[in-house]
Amino acid sequence: MTENLYQPMKMRVAAGRDEAPDVRTLRLEFPDEGARAGFFAKYRVGMFGLYGLPGAGESTFCVASPPTRTEYIECTFRRVGRVTSALADREIGQAITFRGPYGNAFPIESWKGRNILFVAGGIALPPLRSVIWNVLDRRTEFGDVTIIYGARTVADLVYKDELADWGARPDVRLVTTVDPGGQTPDWKGKIGFVPTVLKEVGPSPASAVALVCGPPIMIKFSLPVLKGLGFPPGDIYTTLENRMKCGIGKCGRCNVGSVYVCKDGPVFTVEQLQSLPHGDM
Amino acid sequence: MKLVDANKLSDLAAALAAKGYRVAAPIQDGDVVRLKEWSPGAVIRTDAVPVNSAKDFLFPRSEIIGRYRLEGDDFTPAEVKPDSTRTVLVGVRPCDAMALAVLDTVFNWDYKDEFYNARRAAVTVVTLACTAADDFCFCTSVGGRPDGTAGADAVLRPADGGTKFILEPLGEKGRALVAAAGSVLADGEAKADPPAEVPVRFDARQVAAWLADNFESDLWTTLGMACLGCGACAYACPTCHCFDIQDEATRAESVRRRNWDSCGFGLFTAHAGGHNPRANQTARWRNRVMHKFSYIPERFKMPGCTGCGRCGRLCPAGMAIADICSEIIRAREAVKK
Repeated sequence: MTENLYQPMKMRVAAGRDEAPDVRTLRLEFPDEGARAGFFAKYRVGMFGLYGLPGAGESTFCVASPPTRTEYIECTFRRVGRVTSALADREIGQAITFRGPYGNAFPIESWKGRNILFVAGGIALPPLRSVIWNVLDRRTEFGDVTIIYGARTVADLVYKDELADWGARPDVRLVTTVDPGGQTPDWKGKIGFVPTVLKEVGPSPASAVALVCGPPIMIKFSLPVLKGLGFPPGDIYTTLENRMKCGIGKCGRCNVGSVYVCKDGPVFTVEQLQSLPHGDM
Repeated sequence: MKLVDANKLSDLAAALAAKGYRVAAPIQDGDVVRLKEWSPGAVIRTDAVPVNSAKDFLFPRSEIIGRYRLEGDDFTPAEVKPDSTRTVLVGVRPCDAMALAVLDTVFNWDYKDEFYNARRAAVTVVTLACTAADDFCFCTSVGGRPDGTAGADAVLRPADGGTKFILEPLGEKGRALVAAAGSVLADGEAKADPPAEVPVRFDARQVAAWLADNFESDLWTTLGMACLGCGACAYACPTCHCFDIQDEATRAESVRRRNWDSCGFGLFTAHAGGHNPRANQTARWRNRVMHKFSYIPERFKMPGCTGCGRCGRLCPAGMAIADICSEIIRAREAVKK
C-alpha cells in the first residue's frame, strides 16, 4: 500500500517578514531530519508546493528559497483569500502544512558558463528569487547575472533587503524600476514599466538565457523586447501559475491544452508556450 | 455455462452479500434507477440505464482524505484509512466498465492514489451486456460495443429472450465471484440474446482532427452559449475525474475532503487574484469537449468518452455531446467542400 498522497508535512514557522503591503514571507522548518532530507533530495529550483492550514485549506506557491539553503524553505505570497490570510496570520513557532516539491524545474545545470538575465515584476519575483540565490550561491559556475525588477510602487517591491544586497554586489547587475507615479522623493532606481526599462538596458543575448516572471501584461510586452534583442524563444523561460488543488496531475484544473501545469510545468520555455492554446492561460 | 433466471438477480445479490460482499446494483430509487448498495427487498432493474455510473463506487462524490484534531492554535494529523470494502458491482453497463480505464490511468499515471486504488482492488465489476439502447447511446462511435467486456471481471449476458442471464467470468475476480454465488447459479445451456444495435453517430478520429486545428473556432461560441454551467454532465459522466479539495472544520476537528468538481463551473480555474483563464462558459465548455476527445486520447492513448449518453439525457439545455460531435463533423465536411 502506498502512502496518502494528500497527507502534508507539519512545518514550523521559524520566521516571518512583511515584504510589501499584504505580501508576506514565511520561513518554514521541517518536522524531522527525514522529512528535510527527503525534500531536498527532490527539490530543484522552480518547483512548487501546497501550503495549508487545517480548517482553511491549501494554496499553491513556488518554493522561494534555493536548494543551496538546506535548513528550511521559504515562501512568499499575497494575502488575498481565506487560505493566504490564515497563513499570513500564523505566528513564529506555530505550524502550517506543506506537501511537495512538485512540478518540473529550471534546467540550470545546462546554463553553466552562460549569462543569466532575470526579468520580474511585482509579486512574481519569488519564483525567480530561488534561482537567483541558487546561481549566486554557485556564482563561479555562471556568467554575467543581470536582474531587472519592477513593481507598481516603491512599497510594492518585495525582498527590499535582498535587493540592496544584490545591488551592492560587484558580480550582479541589478536594475530596479517603479511604474510612473509609483516613485518616492528619495527613489534612486528607474521610473518606467519593466518592458521599457528592459529595452533601455538592452542585455545581450550572446551565450545567455532569460527568465521572465510577472503579471500577464508585463510578460506580453517584455517578450517582443527580448525577441528584438535577439533572444530565441527556446532560451526564454517563464512559469505558469494556474490554479491547482492536487498538484499531482489528478484534479484536472491546471491544464493548458493537454499540458498539465503541475506535472509538465510550472517552468516552460516561450517556445513551448507558443504551441499551447492561449485561451487557457 | 452458469445461468441465473432473469427474475432471480436478487437471489444472486443475497448469496454474494451472505459471502461478505457489499453488493451494488441498478436499483429502483424513487423515480429513477440508480446504481446503489443492495439490501434485501430492493428491486434490481436491468431494463434501464442507471442514472449514475460505476465511478461512484471507486471515486465517490465526496471522500475524506485528511483529518486533523484542532487544539487552540495547533493541530494534530489523524490517520485516514482508504475504503477497501470488498464490493461487487452487478449490472454495470459496458460503457461504464470501459470508462474505468480512464480513472485507472488518471489516478496512477504518475503518483499513485491510494484512496482510488484501495477501492479499485476491492471491486469486482460484473457488466450487463446491453440488448437495448436509447437515442442517447453512442458507444460504437467511441470504440465501445454494447456487449464489450473492457474493464469487466465477469459479464451477465441476457439469454433465451431475456428470461435468463449467462454469468461468464473473465478473470480471477470473476471466478471468485462465481464460486461465491454457489448454488444460485445453475449449470445449463442458454442462447445469448443479440446485442443492442447502436448506430455509429460520428467518427471520433475526425472529431479529434478538427479539434486539433480549431481551438479558436467560432463554432465554440455558438455551441457553448447554451451551456448553463450546472455541472450535471460532469457528475453523471463515468470518466470525469476532476475534483476540488475543501476543508470542513468544527471547533475540535477539521476534515479535508475531495469532492467532485466540474470544468463547467465558473470558479473552477479562477485565480485568487481575479484572473480566470477560462473566463466564459464557451471557454469552459470547449475544455470539456477538448478534454474528452483531444487531451485524454493524446495524453493517455484512450478514448475520454465511452458513449454512455448520460450527459445528453440529463442536460437541461439539451446539449448532447454526440450531437456536438456530429456538428463538428459537419463543420469539418463544410470546410472540405
